[in-house]
Amino acid sequence: MTSNALLQLGLYLGLLLILAWPLGRLIASVMAGDTPLALRWLHPVERAFYRLAGVDEDSEQNWKRYTLGLILFNLTGALAVYALQRLQGALPLNPQGLGAVSADSAFNTAISFATNTNWQGYGGETTMSYLTQMLGLSAQNFLSAATGIVVAIALIRGFARKGAGVLGNVWADLTRITLYVLVPLAFVIALLFVSQGVLQNFRPYQDVQTVEAVSYQQASVDASGNPVLDKDGKPVMETVSTQKQTLAMGPVASQEAIKQLGTNGGGFFNANSAHPFENPTPLTNLIQMLAIFLIPAALCFTFGRMVGDARQGWTVLASMTVLFVIAYGVLVGAEIAGNPAFTRLGLDSVANFEGKETRFGIVASSLFATITTAASCGAVNAMHDSLTPIGGMVPTLLMQLGEVVFGGVGSGLYGMLVFAILAVFIAGLMVGRTPEYLGKKIEAFEMKMTALVILVTPLLVLAGTAIAVSVASGKAGIYNPGAHGFSEVLYAFSSAANNNGSAFAGLSANTPFYNIMLGLAMWFGRFAVIVPVLAMAGSLAAKPRLPANAGTLPTHGLLFVVLLVGSVLLVGLLNYIPALALGPIVEQLQMFGH
Amino acid sequence: MTKLPLFDPELARPALVDTTESGKALTARTMQGKTMSNKKLSLLDPALVKPALVDSFKKLAPQVQWRNPVMFVVYLGAILTTLLLGQALIGQGEAPTSFIAAIALWLWFTVLFANFAEALAEGRSKAQAASLRDTKKNVLAKKLKLATHTAGYEVTDSASLKKGDVLLVEAGDVVPLDGEVIEGVASVDESAITGESAPVIRESGGDFSAVTGGTRVLSDWIVVRVTVNPGEAFLDRMIAMVEGAKRQKTPNEIALTILLVALTIVFLVVTATLLPFSLFSVAASGAGSPVSITVLVALLVCLIPTTIGALLSAIGVAGMSRMLGANVIATSGRAVEAAGDVDVLLLDKTGTITLGNRQAVRFLPAAGVGEQELADAAQLASLADETPEGRSVVVLAKQRFNLRERQLQSHEAEFIAFSAQTRMSGVNYDGRQIRKGAMDAIRRHVEAQGARFPEGMQALADEVARRGATPLLVSSDERVLGVIELKDIVKGGIKERFAELRGMGIKTVMITGDNPLTAAAIAAEAGVDDFLAEATPEAKLALIRQHQNEGKLVAMTGDGTNDAPALAQADVAVAMNTGTQAAKEAGNMVDLDSNPTKLIEIVEIGKQMLMTRGALTTFSVSNDVAKYFAIIPAAFASTYPQLNMLNVMGLATPASAILSAVIFNAIIIVFLIPLALRGVHYRAQGAAQLLRTNLLVYGLGGLIVPFIGIKLIDLLLVALGLV
Repeated sequence: MTSNALLQLGLYLGLLLILAWPLGRLIASVMAGDTPLALRWLHPVERAFYRLAGVDEDSEQNWKRYTLGLILFNLTGALAVYALQRLQGALPLNPQGLGAVSADSAFNTAISFATNTNWQGYGGETTMSYLTQMLGLSAQNFLSAATGIVVAIALIRGFARKGAGVLGNVWADLTRITLYVLVPLAFVIALLFVSQGVLQNFRPYQDVQTVEAVSYQQASVDASGNPVLDKDGKPVMETVSTQKQTLAMGPVASQEAIKQLGTNGGGFFNANSAHPFENPTPLTNLIQMLAIFLIPAALCFTFGRMVGDARQGWTVLASMTVLFVIAYGVLVGAEIAGNPAFTRLGLDSVANFEGKETRFGIVASSLFATITTAASCGAVNAMHDSLTPIGGMVPTLLMQLGEVVFGGVGSGLYGMLVFAILAVFIAGLMVGRTPEYLGKKIEAFEMKMTALVILVTPLLVLAGTAIAVSVASGKAGIYNPGAHGFSEVLYAFSSAANNNGSAFAGLSANTPFYNIMLGLAMWFGRFAVIVPVLAMAGSLAAKPRLPANAGTLPTHGLLFVVLLVGSVLLVGLLNYIPALALGPIVEQLQMFGH
Repeated sequence: MTKLPLFDPELARPALVDTTESGKALTARTMQGKTMSNKKLSLLDPALVKPALVDSFKKLAPQVQWRNPVMFVVYLGAILTTLLLGQALIGQGEAPTSFIAAIALWLWFTVLFANFAEALAEGRSKAQAASLRDTKKNVLAKKLKLATHTAGYEVTDSASLKKGDVLLVEAGDVVPLDGEVIEGVASVDESAITGESAPVIRESGGDFSAVTGGTRVLSDWIVVRVTVNPGEAFLDRMIAMVEGAKRQKTPNEIALTILLVALTIVFLVVTATLLPFSLFSVAASGAGSPVSITVLVALLVCLIPTTIGALLSAIGVAGMSRMLGANVIATSGRAVEAAGDVDVLLLDKTGTITLGNRQAVRFLPAAGVGEQELADAAQLASLADETPEGRSVVVLAKQRFNLRERQLQSHEAEFIAFSAQTRMSGVNYDGRQIRKGAMDAIRRHVEAQGARFPEGMQALADEVARRGATPLLVSSDERVLGVIELKDIVKGGIKERFAELRGMGIKTVMITGDNPLTAAAIAAEAGVDDFLAEATPEAKLALIRQHQNEGKLVAMTGDGTNDAPALAQADVAVAMNTGTQAAKEAGNMVDLDSNPTKLIEIVEIGKQMLMTRGALTTFSVSNDVAKYFAIIPAAFASTYPQLNMLNVMGLATPASAILSAVIFNAIIIVFLIPLALRGVHYRAQGAAQLLRTNLLVYGLGGLIVPFIGIKLIDLLLVALGLV
């Protein structure tokens, strides 16, 4: 790593730590129903919601009712987003007069935003009305983030409580985290963005006169809109020259804040955080990166606080940080090392600048790429498809590890805790006791749920990829030859099933085949994990909490960090090494082999 | 009938053994000193290996294989490659015939090796059970018409006896079935069950009324009421348990199996999806040929956790077997597992923490009495006292003042034995009445003679008690001479043992009937963490419940009927074999040696079993890394030759690489059988230290060993010209 790379990493992690620690405490007290003084004036709003919905916030639910509530809540959200997209043509706040989104794309997008994935088969500025963006997508950004957080909180309560039959009230949990944490934070971040020039308006798109004429080629179309073909069957290209540029407008900043804060990642515009109206300056870039990891890191502290042992939270955070730093090192190293072919072509620098914004450069782009895929955010400020093969493997693998390196808000922590249970189970036996984590015995039921959690995503990713590379409709979307084409499909399914949402691009995914396949991968990748996690939370809550003694496996400290990091890497690598070998690994070897 | 001190087989032995040979023996040739403890089988005894080899093949039946999901996948893989071999033999092979044949053969070996491990473990247990069964033969029984020894009996075969029958068992007879003594007292040789050659006393009433079928009465007679039906006796249950006929998976074994199944499914998906990936890659690169089914099956078998899958049940059986090796019968594998988890050990003071007997350590004379005078009187009073306490007084007097034992006949000495009424013993010697006894007994004795009990004695006695010792007063006629300090002798090394246990996170609690003062002193000396003084069965039960409410697992030993509720409540309850039937029923283990210190050993065996399971799981999973490096380049190098750069082991050919990985995967099972049966090396250490060591050995070792192993096998295959 260069000193620039180290400096940016150090600055980033330092700021993150300073911000995450107080937030972790705040979340812990909010989720205990103990609102900090500064936010008490919002109490009437909270109570108004309960009265409106007829919820008794003090009546706690067992895991089954908690889960059922959560799934119905998200199902309703998905249906609302679907309806908004299909009906947007007839609804207000649509200055561009955009029509209904196609059924398969709307299905995909509805699931995508309900599952905190924000996979986007569409281009924002050419597809969605302002109403759909705000009421559908932004709203889901808040609610899917809240969903992830309350699942993590329920699991932590499972560890913290003893002999308890209930996990909490799902409606109260969702309301509190949204009202007291997500909305205030998003508000502040949105204002910061606006100050840096991120758009926030309802104007129609603006046409501006450019200084120079731009000419480009496009396929010529006949009167009915079909491409004109020459005698060889190839499309006829025509050159167009223009001095007019259309600038997309919209309420960007308000969506941008929660996009990062809630690890959602769905851009207002197609170019996502590479777009100057979404992410104009290095400062907004830093704020965006901080916003992505803020809640996942804070939840580690919340965890330590709620189980009454801060060391446990630090250990999880340290494990995540170790994995993150390794990933960042590989990615930025690969990008700086670049492509040896460039030297042979007589270029000054071999560093891989392709697909990166010059206002961010290689280091900030690599850092962003690592953060956005370590967390299940998926916003991009550079094109991942243009990373070097190994550089591109890092984001792929980070997602395949199960989005536990900080991960999604809530989902990263509960995913990591499942790995902690797995690590404790395998290694815990080696100290001569049946395994326990945080004083809870890990028995057959917990193991069953853990098994489901670690089974679901590899199954979806590998089986999905296998189907896509086997059927014609799947292969039709692959534009790049050889191993790179395979990497693109693997990336798409890894991203969807692990609820990241970033795209490798290069894959034409807005087709019925990919919209439906990836939609299913997102839904099951989210809820086939949440259900067993909550079931486990219920089972753990009912158990007594055993006191730790010298014979208990210590689940804090360096040794456990090694164990946890090792378990995450081992499971991830064992699952995906063969697939990665046929994609990015062989690609990298080919690049150097030539 | 004199009541013998309960904890004193030393005393009982010489008096009883000489009456062994009475003419009334019916059948007593069943046990010729053949005990389990002296019949230890070496790990790979040919007597065990041969039947295990045969069993390995018998276990190929699908209904047996089905019970082990991981190995069942290997089994199916072996069948599939065998079918592919058939296809190849008729000229339709998807890969070279010799390659398919080699893979199929080694997959069958993998299955057989796993079968062998299990069969060997079971074989050892069966051998142990067989030696138990030797003690169980049909004998003739004297069935009484009425429940009294004078009622007259008829001789019947023991097989025809039922629960409730009343039998007379006389010297030389074998006790036909488990039962309870309802009349009489006898010495019984239980060596067949316990391996302990010293006979024990069995008598009606109290805690020593249970007799076990297969043991032999050496002296006197007892009337026994049969408490079980034939086939349900303790011995029968022990044999059933040991043979593993009723062996059920323990909770942790079930949880581990779930994990192993999950890993197997994951790898099934990984390998199954490799076929379409390979087809796509071949089409995309236009080079090479798709991966063959044989290679995929080989990869699958290498990746799924076969090592632990093959050895898991052997580890469980071996755990029970090791318990048995320590002469402890666990009534379930669950109990063995729980032993590893124990947080609190309740230990009886006597016999566990202290030697069974107290010893005189000091003479404390009363005011105006010389120490030698006291010692002299104390020795005289103890000369006829054959109890260890009595003998220790004689020895102490000899050590301190060189007082020799005297010929007493010339002094018209008359010994006064201890009686429950006077609670004193002593001697009338040269007209002097010399007595020793507890303080209140001596006080009554001297006050009855019109003398005043000296002022300072109470303080002296209290001081002794505070030191954790027992004061024994000595008087000559109406004079109180002083106090003998009888001290509980804490067993050598026990303090270090408790410190070790503390390091392992196990808390020790001493249970004693002593008063709190004495108990505290002994507890401090022995280094236990806590003690329960003036323990009643209720107090014991309450203590167990209290610990359990805090979420702790409690282990205890017990022998009396009044221990039964506490035994039933404890998580690991070891009943002494000398104990009552009720105690044995309530416990989940029986210690044939009736040695309360065994509890510590039991905990260690439990921990060792869990550690072995964890170590082999870690090893098994870590192995996969090297196997990937062997197989991935081999499987796909024809499509992407660049992948050969991943062949870090430099394996000769793709075929030799895959075959080497499969062979390594199979023979590592055989190499690890001794470890599975013996258990990993156990050290009494804290969890963090244990984890560090084991993670290094089995985790890091598991990463490195297969690289070396696969390379060696590859070199060997090349050297032998097999590839």
